[in-house]
Amino acid sequence: MLVNIIFGLSFSFMNSSNTILTRTKSFFAEIGDMTLFAGRFFREVFSPPFEFKELLRQCYNMGNRSLLLVGVTGFILGLVFTLQSRPTLMQFGAQSWMASMVSLSIVREIGPVVIALICAGRIGSGIGAELGSMRVTEQIDAMEVSGTNPFKYLVVTRIVATTLMLPLLIIMGDAIALLGSALIENLKGDVSFLLYFNQVFDALKFSDIIPATVKSVFFGFAIGLVGCYKGYYCSKGTVGVGEASNSAVVYISMLLFVIDFIAVFVTDIFF
Amino acid sequence: MNSEKNKPVLELKNLHKSFGDNHVLKGFNLKLFKGENLVVMGKSGSGKSVMVKCLVGLIQPDSGSITIKDEDIIKIGHKELDILRTEIGFLFQGSALYDSMTVRENLEFPLRRHKDKIENFQGTEILVKEALENVGLADAIDLMPAELSGGMQRRVALARALILKPKIIMYDEPTTGLDPITAKEIILLMRNIQKKYNTSSLIITHDVDCARVISNRMILLVDGINYAEGTFEELSNSKDPQVQAFFKN
Repeated sequence: MLVNIIFGLSFSFMNSSNTILTRTKSFFAEIGDMTLFAGRFFREVFSPPFEFKELLRQCYNMGNRSLLLVGVTGFILGLVFTLQSRPTLMQFGAQSWMASMVSLSIVREIGPVVIALICAGRIGSGIGAELGSMRVTEQIDAMEVSGTNPFKYLVVTRIVATTLMLPLLIIMGDAIALLGSALIENLKGDVSFLLYFNQVFDALKFSDIIPATVKSVFFGFAIGLVGCYKGYYCSKGTVGVGEASNSAVVYISMLLFVIDFIAVFVTDIFF
Repeated sequence: MNSEKNKPVLELKNLHKSFGDNHVLKGFNLKLFKGENLVVMGKSGSGKSVMVKCLVGLIQPDSGSITIKDEDIIKIGHKELDILRTEIGFLFQGSALYDSMTVRENLEFPLRRHKDKIENFQGTEILVKEALENVGLADAIDLMPAELSGGMQRRVALARALILKPKIIMYDEPTTGLDPITAKEIILLMRNIQKKYNTSSLIITHDVDCARVISNRMILLVDGINYAEGTFEELSNSKDPQVQAFFKN
């Protein structure tokens, strides 16, 4: 009996360790493929012909159509953050530090990460699904047969668009979050908007804004790259399109935290 | 003069293609002559679509040669291949219309890389309208693909394949997914286009009716090789059970 249990346990342990090994292998293989995909992007982005019209269309699609979502998210973020922090700061009699604390937290960390995660869901999954459905309905093949480089037309334009648009969306989202915070301070603490924003600009330095902006450029690049990679190499019909969209969001979310960690680490060394 | 006439516009020699352990093409050969309608028939999954995708450079074959208008497309570079592709029209199995673009934009898309062709043919607008009139859909110019029926989508895809006035047209399952009446309309349209522009057509299908109406010559693709070759009458009267299986109702 005991022997059977030990045998069973060791068998299931071997099985699960095999599965973990296989998944780890395929995960690293995918990271390798994604790196090659990024390499191809850098080769193609600087070589003509340049698809400026499609790039502008993508910038409009990704930027303009995300404004409302990013705006609402930023505003609520500012409101909630200020409401939650007020009681704790009041306990120490440090309400006057509210503007500095909120602005530093939002500009340096919370704003870029939250807005990038929102965009991963909105833009990254959209790119994955769009390119995936183009792949399974042979639209990408049709593009190639008609003499247009689909990588340049579809992938390069989307990655450049997300890289350009995400920092702008994050700056806008940060500003709206600070507006939400100022509103709460104005309603609950009798702090005027002018005073609040004076304190914000006193607290913020270029060494806070520049690393956050550079980080958001990398966030945008990651969203475009992973979304395009997942969609461009989508297979298995409509099921594959769903998988491409879903796994794009999962990979982007993980990658955003990795980039964030690296950015904080590097910022800590230089600033 | 006679030897020039007998020279194929497209020739496939000993084509091999495998996907892992699955050997799809095992030495397939094909010759397409000027003005000819050649039908390649085979069961689903027999490698017909793989073969035709090798022909336009979408899939790289493992070995063999593909010569189109005296150029081996496996050996030439991307630029040369793109130029050669202007001589080839391709109708995809599922139409493959760009669903984010209108019918007009779909038809203009192949022209954007081949501006020299536009100069030769007096501008984009005329070319787009002419191509749509050829398929009887001039009124659909500003519609989106989603607003079109399956048959109309196939017609627009055909118009897009024709817009650069190609010398060779390849049809990948042109009647799949269509009702018999619409399928017949598409087949007649293909025949009319072939007569009007004297194009050479390679038609990949498993539709016997399509083969009967349109083919000058047929090749049966079985187990990755050309199993049988001849006219529709010759093959349909064959005593070979493998050949007969294609023509039985």
